[in-house]
Amino acid sequence: MPQSELRRIIDSVLGLAKSIGVAETEVHVDDVDDSLTRFANNAIHQNVAERGLTVSVRTALDGRTARATTNRVDEDSLRGAIEVSLSLAHSQPKDPKLLPLPGKQRYRKVSRFVGQTAALTPEDRALAVRRACDLAVKRGQVAAGIFASGQAQTAMGNSRGLFAAYRDTHAEFSITMQEPPAASWAKANAANVRDFDPQALAERASEKAHRATNAQELAPGRYTVILEPSAVLDIAGFLFYDFAATAIADKRSCLNDRMGKQVFGKNITVADDAYHPLQMGAPFDGEGVPRERVLLVDRGVPKNLVYSRASAKAAKKKPTGHGFALPNEHGEAPMNLVFGGGNSSIEEMIASTDRGLLVTRLWYIREVDPYEKIMTGMTRDGLFLVEKGRVGAAVRNFRFNQSLLEALRNVELLGPAVRATGEEAFEMVVPAMKIRDFHFSEVTKF
Amino acid sequence: MWDLSAQALDTARLRGAKYADVRVMHLRQRDLTTKNGQVGTLAQSESIGLGIRVLASGAWGFASTDRLTREGVSACAAQAVSIAKASAIAKRREVVMANEEAYVDSWQSPFRKDPFEIPLETQLDLLLATDAEMQRVKGVTLTETDLQFRKIDSWFASSIGSRIHQRKVISGCGIVATSFRGEEIQKRSYPNSFGGQHALGGYELVESLELIKHAPHVAEEAVALHAAEQCPQKTGTLVLGGSQLGLQIHESVGHPIELDRVLGEEANFAGTSFLTLDKLNTLQYGSDIVNVVADARLEHGPGLGSFAYDDEGVPAQCTEIIKDGEFRGYLSNRETAHLVGLKRSSGTMRTESWNRLPIIRMTNISLLPGTWNVDDLIADTDDAILMETNRSWSIDDRRYQFQFSTEIGWEIKGGKKGRMLKNPSYSGITTEFWNSCDAIGNAEEWILWGTPNCGKGQPMQTMGTGHGASPSRFRNIRIGTAFSK
Repeated sequence: MPQSELRRIIDSVLGLAKSIGVAETEVHVDDVDDSLTRFANNAIHQNVAERGLTVSVRTALDGRTARATTNRVDEDSLRGAIEVSLSLAHSQPKDPKLLPLPGKQRYRKVSRFVGQTAALTPEDRALAVRRACDLAVKRGQVAAGIFASGQAQTAMGNSRGLFAAYRDTHAEFSITMQEPPAASWAKANAANVRDFDPQALAERASEKAHRATNAQELAPGRYTVILEPSAVLDIAGFLFYDFAATAIADKRSCLNDRMGKQVFGKNITVADDAYHPLQMGAPFDGEGVPRERVLLVDRGVPKNLVYSRASAKAAKKKPTGHGFALPNEHGEAPMNLVFGGGNSSIEEMIASTDRGLLVTRLWYIREVDPYEKIMTGMTRDGLFLVEKGRVGAAVRNFRFNQSLLEALRNVELLGPAVRATGEEAFEMVVPAMKIRDFHFSEVTKF
Repeated sequence: MWDLSAQALDTARLRGAKYADVRVMHLRQRDLTTKNGQVGTLAQSESIGLGIRVLASGAWGFASTDRLTREGVSACAAQAVSIAKASAIAKRREVVMANEEAYVDSWQSPFRKDPFEIPLETQLDLLLATDAEMQRVKGVTLTETDLQFRKIDSWFASSIGSRIHQRKVISGCGIVATSFRGEEIQKRSYPNSFGGQHALGGYELVESLELIKHAPHVAEEAVALHAAEQCPQKTGTLVLGGSQLGLQIHESVGHPIELDRVLGEEANFAGTSFLTLDKLNTLQYGSDIVNVVADARLEHGPGLGSFAYDDEGVPAQCTEIIKDGEFRGYLSNRETAHLVGLKRSSGTMRTESWNRLPIIRMTNISLLPGTWNVDDLIADTDDAILMETNRSWSIDDRRYQFQFSTEIGWEIKGGKKGRMLKNPSYSGITTEFWNSCDAIGNAEEWILWGTPNCGKGQPMQTMGTGHGASPSRFRNIRIGTAFSK
């Protein structure tokens, strides 16, 4: 759908709202066109496509606000959404802290729409899947995974003249190669489908799965670990909601009483940067405020938080463009994390390790202690013993119970930061890490 | 709606589909929350659209659209067929579907008070009053409440002649008090954590849970936890409260019995299962007092897994999963039933919305009540820890090794519930855990808990599942491992 059509819908809602006397109105329009080819047992077993458009209306009047969302765009339905929003808003007590809508903003341009990705067909995806599955068959393995592609656009406008729009394409290939009882995994995603090679990912997963057979059981305990970038992403992603100013105000952040202190090692620096060339996402937040680059951690010291307009006002700071669409109780969060990297390759990390574990990915991570940030979870799809500088036998998967704060104090080496993707956290730009004294508490049966 | 469905089915057939099913769905949702005495989320949404699944060239295709016009629906059906033909590029076997009859029916889940007809002011007043009760307790640093209501209409039609309309009304609510002090964050929730209790039903569910009445106690316990002793690390006896046991069932019985996981169809994402086909009717899953069913029938209760027909047009059923401790059954669909020797699907195909493909999902996976009055169970326990209300959960990708922590624990000594314990946790291996069960609470304590947020599939779908459980006792359990050093 052309962007002009999204704008027409926004203008139509704003016009309708004005005609019935609504003081302030904000409209979001989201348009998705996604496809996903899923395979298992060396064959495609699910293959889906989805197309949908949603219109979300927030009205605000006299210190009251609420949201109504519909996927019907005829005039009666849009008017109905305005009326539902008004009715919800009227039902609540006045909030004297509710801010007026923001006015017109300026946005930096980002270019993340790639025609080749948008043009990908079911046949293109099926052929790539077929090649990966043929590799599995040839090697006596079993492949499972996805090849997804699509495009999305979002536009928002409000009655104070703000208008923002963004579109992107996205492609993702993820593969698990099984050589019973072992399995391994590789995954990539990007705006441009040509930025990754599905067959190379299949080869990598296949080779690691083969090496992962005959896993030996080790005793739980503290080990030096070499976390591949996906594994770092999986666990580190749980830290960053704590950088929301609202989380600090609510006293649910592990950074309460820790801002400005040496919480992490001096080799840890993290920014939130929506404009980084390896990042994706809109250059504005849920209220239409432009996203700013924010230095969150500077050489191990948590330096800055991210702010929505409301949390910024409460803290007498500037909004950073990280707010969620209102109304909500969570406030804001950094969504485009970029870690500072190092110059150690994974091979160098291995070579420098007398005894440790090489970790492909982590799985089912949950928070055990919200202030010490103790996380639990499992290793998955390829855990290998490193001895005397070389990768050795595969090891049965461990459960970890590890403080994330402590882990980021114990980082000995970092690799170059790359765009990584996993299943436990959103994509980020993150390096592989060698971490000492990582705590594994129990072992499973495979 | 039936005209649109017929249009989609006709188009699919003309384009070469051997089988097709169509779901038109209309979903409505209302969310209300408060935080620290202020309204948080106040939102309502609706979504309507059509999804069609087709079998063509021996392979599956699915497409969905929100363009509910003759042209939009025809284009969607044609797209599904063309996707199926592309799927055939990487096909290894023909799809075989278990026989099923055609049904023409209409069903509505029971409710007394339509939550969408209750004045918003009434609903918000309840939340704000509950929030205020928690705020009154000194030491509480964050108070949260929530209400969620859903109304889902689905019109299912298939090329074998079924036409089924179902309407579900779902209500849910919960409250949380959090206390930050020193270097510790503690919290308590009611009636359950992570969104509270959810079930098929109307506003009467919310009224029955008496949120205001429970609010002070919830807040007091959150504060009191700071002064409680740390849960010890040891191997010993564990008594689990009903809601925590419900989640234990979900993770260590519900997911491993999904036949798509067992067959490797979820290997890349959710994982597989230790319950390989050789385990059926041979594995001693639990002790001989453990009986688990997958029951989607309304007579099991108004759970989030209750319905009249699944999203493949198969009637709701009760399937024996564990009988006297022995593993007896999987969750199957029409495509996988024959692989475990069944002539018919067990009726567990469910979809989140019109734009998602139905996949095998839990229905109500419940541990049937035992014989123990809970007071008698505690009196019969010499030394144990009672754990209540989930705080975190994690299990490996084959569903063997798990670890749970709960919000609160209580020491049981000499048959009496004693001092409070903070940061309780336990861990184990699924079959060892269920074989260590030696006492199950009776029907009076049995509650059908709702888990509203089970994620599975790619693209991800969330689904509500039900889990009946009563407090139960387990021996020789590893306790306190989450805080081991």
